[in-house]
Amino acid sequence: MRLSDSPGSSTMPPPFSDYTFEKSYDEMFDADGKPRPAYKRLYYRLLEMPLETLQQRQQAADMTFLNQGITFTVYGSDEGTERIWPYDLLPRIITAEEWMTIEKGLTQRITALNLFLKDVYHEEHILSDGVIPRTLVYSCQHLRRQMRGWHVPHDRYIAIVGTDLVRLPNGQFAVLEDNLRVPSGVSYMLTNREVMKRVLPSLIDSYGVRPIGHYGQTLLSALYALAPVGCVDPTIVLLTPGVYNSAYFEHTFLARLMGIELVEGRDLIVHNNVVYMRTTGGLRRVDVIYRRVDDDFLDPLVFRSQSTLGVPGLFNAYRAGNVTLANAIGTGVADDKALYAYVPAIIRYYLHEEPILQNVETYLLTGDTQRRYVLEHLDALVVKAVGESGGYGMLIGPYSTKSQREEFRQRILTDPRNYIAQPTLALSRAPCFIDGQIEPRHVDLRPFILYGDHVTIVPGGLTRVALKRGSLVVNSSQGGGSKDTWVLDI
Amino acid sequence: MLSRVADNLYWMSRYLERAEHTARLIDVSLHHLLDHRSEYAIQRWQRLCDSLRIAPFAEGMDDAYRVTGTLTFDIDYPASIVSCIAAARDNAQQVREQINSEMWEQINRLYLHMKSTSMEDMWFGGPHEFLTTIKEGVQLFQGITDSTMIHNEGWYFIRVGRYMERAWATASLIDVHFRSSFDREVQADVIQTDHLDYLEWVGLLRSCSAIEAYCKVYTANIHPHRIAEFLIFNAESPRSIRFAVSMIQSALQSIAKITSTRRVLRVERLAGRVRAALDYDQVEDIIGNIHSYLDTIQRQCTQIHNAIYQTYIFYPIDAAFGTDGAAQS
Repeated sequence: MRLSDSPGSSTMPPPFSDYTFEKSYDEMFDADGKPRPAYKRLYYRLLEMPLETLQQRQQAADMTFLNQGITFTVYGSDEGTERIWPYDLLPRIITAEEWMTIEKGLTQRITALNLFLKDVYHEEHILSDGVIPRTLVYSCQHLRRQMRGWHVPHDRYIAIVGTDLVRLPNGQFAVLEDNLRVPSGVSYMLTNREVMKRVLPSLIDSYGVRPIGHYGQTLLSALYALAPVGCVDPTIVLLTPGVYNSAYFEHTFLARLMGIELVEGRDLIVHNNVVYMRTTGGLRRVDVIYRRVDDDFLDPLVFRSQSTLGVPGLFNAYRAGNVTLANAIGTGVADDKALYAYVPAIIRYYLHEEPILQNVETYLLTGDTQRRYVLEHLDALVVKAVGESGGYGMLIGPYSTKSQREEFRQRILTDPRNYIAQPTLALSRAPCFIDGQIEPRHVDLRPFILYGDHVTIVPGGLTRVALKRGSLVVNSSQGGGSKDTWVLDI
Repeated sequence: MLSRVADNLYWMSRYLERAEHTARLIDVSLHHLLDHRSEYAIQRWQRLCDSLRIAPFAEGMDDAYRVTGTLTFDIDYPASIVSCIAAARDNAQQVREQINSEMWEQINRLYLHMKSTSMEDMWFGGPHEFLTTIKEGVQLFQGITDSTMIHNEGWYFIRVGRYMERAWATASLIDVHFRSSFDREVQADVIQTDHLDYLEWVGLLRSCSAIEAYCKVYTANIHPHRIAEFLIFNAESPRSIRFAVSMIQSALQSIAKITSTRRVLRVERLAGRVRAALDYDQVEDIIGNIHSYLDTIQRQCTQIHNAIYQTYIFYPIDAAFGTDGAAQS
């Protein structure tokens, strides 16, 4: 029996009976409640598939994650800090055309941000020309004065980036956040695909999905390309803060994927400005470090002196040009959430182009007018601390309590530079398999951009899902899950 | 291979071997208590603690439930089985990318199995059955390791860890048995099978999983000399000290070859010395002062351990740049 495609919870066929619509963009259905062309095949497949089969596939997927110990760590929670990353069975689909825009837009953005970083740590043309207020840049928490006037290898500041995109009600993708320091999540993107291929092979086969399995090779090539000038056959390592870091699983995953050593600070020593790792066969020189340790913890002699995660002397070896760090130190100045408001201007300034991907409207709180407006509308806005990531240090106005709003009001008044506000976005929603039903949940998208010789983006990214009904927060640390993301061939 | 990784693999392996050994000792003790009058209980647990080189408990040594509970499930007691398995898992976790998923999954399963069982579950569900699952869990891990992991440097460090622990623990166990109240039997030709001490000697062999192998070599004729000969000098029994030491020596030779470091002389000399002693010494010559003999073996094993660390793991930086020439680039 062919069931109706029309919208509204009363007329939607199972398993979509509980499916609802609101003002946000729905990834699967158009405004008339008809499945979008790219989702058609999936939609009819779901109508035909017995619920038990779906449930069984979901369990098979969960078991894979559990057995492989694909977990993340939640800070601040008690025992059993390792949790399974919730995986939603249904793919999020992106058409070839949509992807082309995303790819162009991100390439443009990353290229411009890299030029900006070089400028900020050298001549500061963009500041002299008054495009960005000097005080804004100088007050960035992640500005590293030690980097001034030094040429990083190949002028490449940001080699590995994960940019957060959201889809607005009009269907357009916009940039929510640039993560230019140590972005994570790529291991989940790759694992989600592996699991998908295992649990729903015929579906993915029928769709023509662009592969992402070459990410490891591409990352390795990018790191290779950034080796210090004159270094042949560089030794590349991945530097992790260690087993207690929330992304430790990813660090081991990537090291194994690339076949490089996973090192901790205590495995490295610096002698005469050269970095070595301590191996059973003696000391071995290290040329490129893909570091997953924050700037502050890299070198206790230069940054936080209490840090035991870093390597004393690493910064000097870096300055001496004997080792490449990816990403460079001090890139956080360009993903400061207040600076974010100026990224469209940065793109225009360096590339003389119009930004392809839009920004989300952002209020800076250092100006009186904007601050007054924000303080009056705290219940409708999202407030973020400029230097935080991972969904920490945030106020989501519509879901906040009075006391939370009061707390943020005080915080903003005490340190306005440290916060920005944005409208509460109606993130797009994608169908998710929840408790035996298919229901829409808010999603975002984090594509992973590599910038070695040139910009490369594996087609797709990590689609994060706010699994709690109505929730807008997709971070793994805040109860989010993820989906496999398909970019179609045509 | 990173020095830290070698360190983690070595200890992962040692802790697992220790967990298995402890599980077996407890199992044998509980089994033998059934044949004993209760006043023997304290003595027996005392001996078990001695052979594990841990201090006896301040009180409750006559309470099998309590002693077993502490030695099995007390996570705050470093020598307990659960602590050993947790420590092994911790070490494995630090080198997740170096070991196979199968290995990790097995060690994780073993850990979760320990954590999800309570002392009541074990005591009333059958301690023997539970302790057997622990022993088998460790053996499964060793089997998975041998049959799936690349036999490279890391695998050899795992072997060094396993056999170092075994040599040491076996020496300690034999020593404690010979030192306690059996002096008169050691001199006797045959132990009376109806004598309680007969059970103790059988218990020693059981504690080493060696009773059947012993009987194949010597028949069921239980004699302390032969037990000592079998557990110390037998070349073929995987539970003998000689066997363990020869495994250590050959693993170390492989490691030396793979790392091609020029600083191995001391490690090789120390391993070769213990190996030679065990190859050529005879039980008749050592039985009179078996305590000091086993003591020497243990001390020399510790020296090998230290030499491994000085050579491969915590070597001084100066040495790496000095006598060894320049560091490799």
